[in-house]
Amino acid sequence: MKKMIITVVGKDTVGIIAKVCTYLSENEINILDISQTIVDGWFNMMMVADASSTRKSAGEVGDELKALGEGIGVQINCQSSEIFEQMHRI
Amino acid sequence: MISRNEVIETNKMIEHENLDVRTITMGISLLNCVHSDIDVLCDNIYKRITERAKDLVKTGEEIARDFGVPIVNKRISVTPIALVGGNACKSPADFVKIAETLDKAAEEVGVNFLGGYSALVSKGMTEADKNLILSIPEALANTKRICASVNVGSTKTGIDMDAVRLMGRVIKKTAEYTADEDSIGCAKLVVLCNAPDDNPFMAGAFHGVTEADEIINVGVSGPGVVKTAIEKVRGQNFEVLCETIKKTAFKITRVGQLVAQEASKRLGVPFGIIDLSLAPTPAVGDSVAEILEEIGLECVGAPGTTAALAMLNDQVKKGGVMASSYVGGLSGAFIPVSEDQGMIDAVNAGNLCIEKLEAMTCVCSVGLDMIAVAGDTPASTISGVIADEAAIGMVNQKTTAVRIIPVCGKKVGESVEFGGLLGSAPIMPVNKCSCEKFVSREGRIPAPIHSFKN
Repeated sequence: MKKMIITVVGKDTVGIIAKVCTYLSENEINILDISQTIVDGWFNMMMVADASSTRKSAGEVGDELKALGEGIGVQINCQSSEIFEQMHRI
Repeated sequence: MISRNEVIETNKMIEHENLDVRTITMGISLLNCVHSDIDVLCDNIYKRITERAKDLVKTGEEIARDFGVPIVNKRISVTPIALVGGNACKSPADFVKIAETLDKAAEEVGVNFLGGYSALVSKGMTEADKNLILSIPEALANTKRICASVNVGSTKTGIDMDAVRLMGRVIKKTAEYTADEDSIGCAKLVVLCNAPDDNPFMAGAFHGVTEADEIINVGVSGPGVVKTAIEKVRGQNFEVLCETIKKTAFKITRVGQLVAQEASKRLGVPFGIIDLSLAPTPAVGDSVAEILEEIGLECVGAPGTTAALAMLNDQVKKGGVMASSYVGGLSGAFIPVSEDQGMIDAVNAGNLCIEKLEAMTCVCSVGLDMIAVAGDTPASTISGVIADEAAIGMVNQKTTAVRIIPVCGKKVGESVEFGGLLGSAPIMPVNKCSCEKFVSREGRIPAPIHSFKN
């Protein structure tokens, strides 16, 4: 499995999750977990997704999500989950 | 499952605390390029580098994108050129041709520095070693991306004082050859003692003869991350402080390890080592001096600086070795003056002098690094500074180095701007007493008694 971590941070607005999920679905990326909170109007979401089926690399998906985020005024990061596993697990 | 806090912590380190992988350095052996004809040799070198490293920069950028962590530099180190060119080069001018070839190859593959224009002369110089050393001023003036280094001593062999004397003059000449660019040539020239074969950091990187054909070495960084982490334990005891530094060093090194393994896999080149050094940059918040100040010093250079640095260095290593099985290179805190805003401020405020920096080099890597001095500093004084550092390295069985820049036409009180990663440096005062007679003695300083371990 090619696990990706997608984080979305920014001012809350209508349709953030919808837009991200539509993009993931179009690219055959399966969502495994979503956790999300809103603090003082700031939207904060973390998604774990399986990108085994997509033909795009984590970097490409990251660039496209970043562009999508800019369109709706939020910052989206997409990274291979390995960096977090390596850093926070012995 | 990774928690949201862990993800946020990592991304905060990257976005706000300058966490990055400082360099992926590909070591390439040039021994199989050796030829007695200089033109054939240059041709072989060019082909080998451009073929082996053609994907290095692209791969580095892809890895950075996939993991979302910046990889600042992609670099190459090669076999010490004095060995490679020994057969073909009959004069310093011949060696300059190799330097120009290396520069061209580095430009072609897109790396910002290529190290290994080097000679290893810890016990004595061959004719080729001497020719290479004499060619350094012209080689560095004619090229943009080449870094030169000379190893003048080791714990096992002692210090080659003939080479030390020669290097004082070569540094002066290098400064003169690049006088119109604030003597920047000297920023790409380092004199080492106990130089490691697998150092990924410039200017002292070279691909040692003990290494395989190709290798990937990675240098991590993260002074800003360490500083932010220890801000949270302000006022607490040493145990808590050390524990915090260790844990942070572990996390930083893990990122380097991941990038190194990935680069090794994608390039099909074996992984060598991770260098654990805390390498500062001129960026605000990316400073080793600021860590020392956070530990409790009013300003770096204050009494206690050496002890704080020793502790920092040791904890970084202890955390780092847990995170990677292959640790090597220099692995310690770097204290380059011009590349660390906190160090620059301390020098400008009169709180940090060369003598204190020298003491600090006893307990950390690497040495007197990126120190600008007045252009009229005598060559013998520079040799004396080199000899002092080499002695510290030799006796303490550690790597030490000198990267000193006698800036042509500048005096104490002025400063010099190198730009980019090299930063800016105030001209520092040097002790005016002469060591001319000491440096003029010929021969070697013998190896210390504790080197005889057989």
